[in-house]
Amino acid sequence: MFEDLNDLYQQVILDHCKQPRNFHELPSANRSAQGRNPVCGDQLKLFLVLDGDTLRDISFTGSGCCISKASASLLTEHLKGKTRADAEKTFAQVHELVTTGQSAGDVGKLAVFAGVHKYPARVKCAILAWHALMGALKGDAEPVTTESEQD
Amino acid sequence: MSSSPDWLALRKDFPILDQKVHGRPLVYLDNAATSQKPRAVIEALVRYYERDNANVHRGLHELSNRATNHFEAARARAAKFINAPSADEIIFTRGTTEGINLVAQTWGMKHLKPGDVILLTEMEHHSNMVPWQMIAERTGARVAYLPVTGDDGLLDLSQLDSLLTPQVKMLALVHISNSMGTVNPVEALCARARKKGITTLVDGAQSAGHLPVDVQAIGCDFFVFSGHKICGPTGIGILWGRQEILNSLPPYQGGGEMILTVGYDRAEFKQSPQRFEAGTPDISGPIGLHAAMDYLDAIGRDKIWKHDQELAGYAYEKLSAFKGIRLFGPKQDRAGLVSFLLQDVHAHDVVTLADRAGVALRGGHHCTQPLMHKLGVESTARASFYFYNTRAEVDVFIEVIGEIRKFFGQ
Ligand SMILES: Cc1ncc(COP(=O)(O)O)c(C=O)c1O
Repeated sequence: MFEDLNDLYQQVILDHCKQPRNFHELPSANRSAQGRNPVCGDQLKLFLVLDGDTLRDISFTGSGCCISKASASLLTEHLKGKTRADAEKTFAQVHELVTTGQSAGDVGKLAVFAGVHKYPARVKCAILAWHALMGALKGDAEPVTTESEQD
Repeated sequence: MSSSPDWLALRKDFPILDQKVHGRPLVYLDNAATSQKPRAVIEALVRYYERDNANVHRGLHELSNRATNHFEAARARAAKFINAPSADEIIFTRGTTEGINLVAQTWGMKHLKPGDVILLTEMEHHSNMVPWQMIAERTGARVAYLPVTGDDGLLDLSQLDSLLTPQVKMLALVHISNSMGTVNPVEALCARARKKGITTLVDGAQSAGHLPVDVQAIGCDFFVFSGHKICGPTGIGILWGRQEILNSLPPYQGGGEMILTVGYDRAEFKQSPQRFEAGTPDISGPIGLHAAMDYLDAIGRDKIWKHDQELAGYAYEKLSAFKGIRLFGPKQDRAGLVSFLLQDVHAHDVVTLADRAGVALRGGHHCTQPLMHKLGVESTARASFYFYNTRAEVDVFIEVIGEIRKFFGQ
């Protein structure tokens, strides 16, 4: 019945939403930030061990839909061990990917989110963890929201 | 007229329902958010703009007279719709939200003092919560809540006595919960409040178009509802209040139409309803709403209620057969909606998938976020019914939910 939804719910996404990776708190974290999606009430919290400019470890907790959970899970997998500059670059790429369906450069597994752009209501779900990440890197005390994101 | 209406024939009055969405016949089950509009309402709007459009109460010409007559006829019709004693007690608003804000700002500013209590329930829609929080902040009053017992969405009436303290000045509560489907015992609660001299407001957003409403029998002081949920246009709603209260309140907004005389330093205000209707109002809205009220009462809201309840009961029973499903709201005597959560599947995923199958549901906190938190969930999925929905549509809905479970490997 839902064959044409496979572009949104790719196998990788379904897998990560059912078994999210790095889904726990991080006691050694020196950075963390909350992401909230006021429209649906979803929230997640991202934990970082930032060692100089390196994202030594990264994890998340919270509740959300399949897309937002999978996005957070893949984010943690993708960025562990990378630098702050990598993270900022990837944020820009993912943002472009989920809003236009395309991105400059190779984003590896994150390419599974290309289909999201066809579902405008779900863009916020896919980008929530990434906004939280940017908040954590900046050291924001206030929870970040997806409010500025276009529906 | 005791025979059952021909529901399928009525359904044909709604042009929008005859379409495909994502290649499947539309099954519209988001009626608690907004209802669809019958041709009679759409035509009333077109007729007004094609023949009678003019400003009301101001002109002395023919079109203005006609527009004014239609506008005031709608007010009288609204009074009859809820059995209000007088059309002067009917105030046109933008909807339920504005009606509550109007009462909070006028009645609240006049009557609330530091230490006073506004008693709400834990199942209120944000629109019957936030305006009171705002006025509490400004007046030093406090908001208290009658608790909800749990997933069954019932009010814990055992707490009522201890909560009805002498400090309580206002009891404001929802008639039918939009997220649980609970029908609250508003008559009994208003009677209790009245004995203690407490003013009462009933949020009828989910009740007015679904069952016969008699504000005198309910015994409240204010009653509010929205046109768009009862087959009328968006942007129009009704606030009813007892005349003696309304005429004792300060105006809501200042401007044209609400004044008797204006000087450079002060103005004298008209009585209700003009006192609360500053400026050029929505004129087509009341006219469309008039057609909607006529339409609903030609069917009979008692029959609509029975039909809605039957569909919701059927859906509830079918849903309960799914393993791991969590159902919200009362098992008995529920209004025409069901709120639920599938195990390990987020409500938004349910709604996105259902949409692909042509079924329009709602997923989220339904503007009852504190209640969701209390029940330990972020959101639920909701199917809400109206008289143009059919048993066959419930079957499609149930089939689709079954497929969604399979999609997520259940
Ligand atoms: C119970 C209840 N109260 C209030 C409202 C607010 O109505 P409106 O948005 O039309 O002002 C709604 C509708 O969303 C509702 O269901």
